Amino acid sequence: MNIVVLVKQVPDSGAERNLRSDDNTVDRESATNVINEMDEYAIEEALRIQEAHGGEVTVLTMGPERAGESIRKALSMGPDKAVHVVDDALHGSDALATSKVLAAALGTVNPDLILCGAESTDGRVQVMPHMLAERMGIAALTGARKLTVDTNGAGGATLTIERQTEEGYEVVTASTPAVVSVWDTINEPRYPSFKGIMAAKKKPVTTLSLADLGIPAAEVGLAGAYSAVVEHAKRPPRQGGTKVVDEGDGGVKLVEFLASEKFV
Amino acid sequence: MGVERLLPTEEAGQLLELTRELADRELAPRAAEYEQRGEFPRELLRLLGRSGLLGLPYPEEYGGAGQPYEVYLQVLEELAYRWLAVAEAVSVHTLSCHPVAKYGTELQRKRLPEMLGGELLGAICLSEPQGGSDAAHLTTRAVREGDYYTVSGTKAWITHAGQADFYSVFCRTGGPGASGVSCLLVDAGTPGVLPQARERTMGLRSSPVAQIVFDDARVPADRLVGEEGRGFRIAMDALDAGRLGIAACAVGLAQAALDYATEYAREREQFGRPIIEFQGLSFLLADMATQVAAARALTLAAARLKDAGRPFGVEAAKAKLFASDVAMRVTTDAVQVLGGYGYVADHPVERYMREAKALQIVEGTNQIQRLVISRAL
Repeated sequence: MNIVVLVKQVPDSGAERNLRSDDNTVDRESATNVINEMDEYAIEEALRIQEAHGGEVTVLTMGPERAGESIRKALSMGPDKAVHVVDDALHGSDALATSKVLAAALGTVNPDLILCGAESTDGRVQVMPHMLAERMGIAALTGARKLTVDTNGAGGATLTIERQTEEGYEVVTASTPAVVSVWDTINEPRYPSFKGIMAAKKKPVTTLSLADLGIPAAEVGLAGAYSAVVEHAKRPPRQGGTKVVDEGDGGVKLVEFLASEKFV
Repeated sequence: MGVERLLPTEEAGQLLELTRELADRELAPRAAEYEQRGEFPRELLRLLGRSGLLGLPYPEEYGGAGQPYEVYLQVLEELAYRWLAVAEAVSVHTLSCHPVAKYGTELQRKRLPEMLGGELLGAICLSEPQGGSDAAHLTTRAVREGDYYTVSGTKAWITHAGQADFYSVFCRTGGPGASGVSCLLVDAGTPGVLPQARERTMGLRSSPVAQIVFDDARVPADRLVGEEGRGFRIAMDALDAGRLGIAACAVGLAQAALDYATEYAREREQFGRPIIEFQGLSFLLADMATQVAAARALTLAAARLKDAGRPFGVEAAKAKLFASDVAMRVTTDAVQVLGGYGYVADHPVERYMREAKALQIVEGTNQIQRLVISRAL
């Protein structure tokens, strides 16, 4: 099975993150950049499917030059190769433009299965699997906490997911080709091994520009975006909190506080 | 740990990065509880094995990573910084593979990928109840009968006793003295290999240590590593390298104590200011930092000699002696910096102090190290 995993480099959600003051886009220069956490689960799932059914795993990333670090990190976990779409004109692309670029790049790999994280920790819009499926005319199975692959012997497969919902889960199926997005409940991603890190250096990474994909620069980037962040402001600093002094009525005061915050 | 490291290669940098990630996420959060319960983290060692950290100084053709000691020791140091018992386990395991990797037959080496990959955990059986330092006079006997050796005797202070899958056992196959000692690779499941009750140790409690009784254990003759009478040489070889491992563990532990004490001294306020602003403490911390840096430099200098194929035994003894004494002093001072809080188990420094003591004793007491050094003067 030919599997592509979408991997996005994002600012570390555990560290200080900012928007740029000049164009309100995510500040990637001064941040500590890592693989979007949820994508590691998608990589792990792809590797497990490959171990069970064979085939090839390709990492696909759209992002600036420095996203190459995250591609190497992803490859050190085990995927076979990578495609990196990099072009200065892509800066500031919205989800719609991103999906256009990714769909075109996916066309060069022709995957049976596209795996991705259910959301990225920087954008958090969760629309990419749907947009890609729509553009490519294939099914989208989103928000999986479990994925089962039943191969049909003719190169294709039936995919069944447990889609995580607020109340429980739904069972959804589709046949390949399809896009599946996964939550962090689906598996436990492996650590890269030292050998994996060494091997990753030798794995092929294909670099594609907008010209290679036949997409005019005007259709992507900040200029081509349908949505834009107009302004932003820092979250106000945390308040001092409420101190409850027990004068025999501490319990009552605590309950009143919890009730006022609608915790009880 | 904000240590500025000079590494020989770019890949060494990535190895250290991987080590820190594993150690921060998998070791550090578990250390205190496992130590309190005295639980051996076998699964974590498997993880380190899968990640390639259990065979670092061995050739890639056997499943190792082909790393110089200079790099391997800095990995040990990073592990010891989070959890000394795991770093010691890696050091012991790495050492237990040494006889087979260096002197083993092709048949014996077939097991190396499993050994270096951490599926099989190893231990070294050298010390005996009546003496650990005087290895030339060990008394455990192995008598050749046809295709087997029958091994009888008692080994003591065996790290990984009862947990290991194989033991590199040093025993007497010939007459008295060093030339009568041989090395056997013994499967843990061999009938007559009997790990005894665990020692109740002062620290390093998640690392199992016990005696092992060999009660006429029958070991196939093809498990002889090197030829008969070669054992003492193999043991000394392993010990020299082991001393570097312990030195690196000591540096990591001391760095952990230093960093914890420094952080505490920055936060803790007395008389209206952080206690680090009192010179009595800041100078104490400065001395601690200097000693840790010196211990690291001495250890890595010895490692570079080994990597260059030069004699390094005496330098390894100096590094082990100095680094473990530094670890003892620095951890003791760290308890002092924390005052009463340093003496209670809510903070890790009392554990560090208990653990440091072991490092002055294992792989040759520091008195033995001084003997080695003084004889070479």
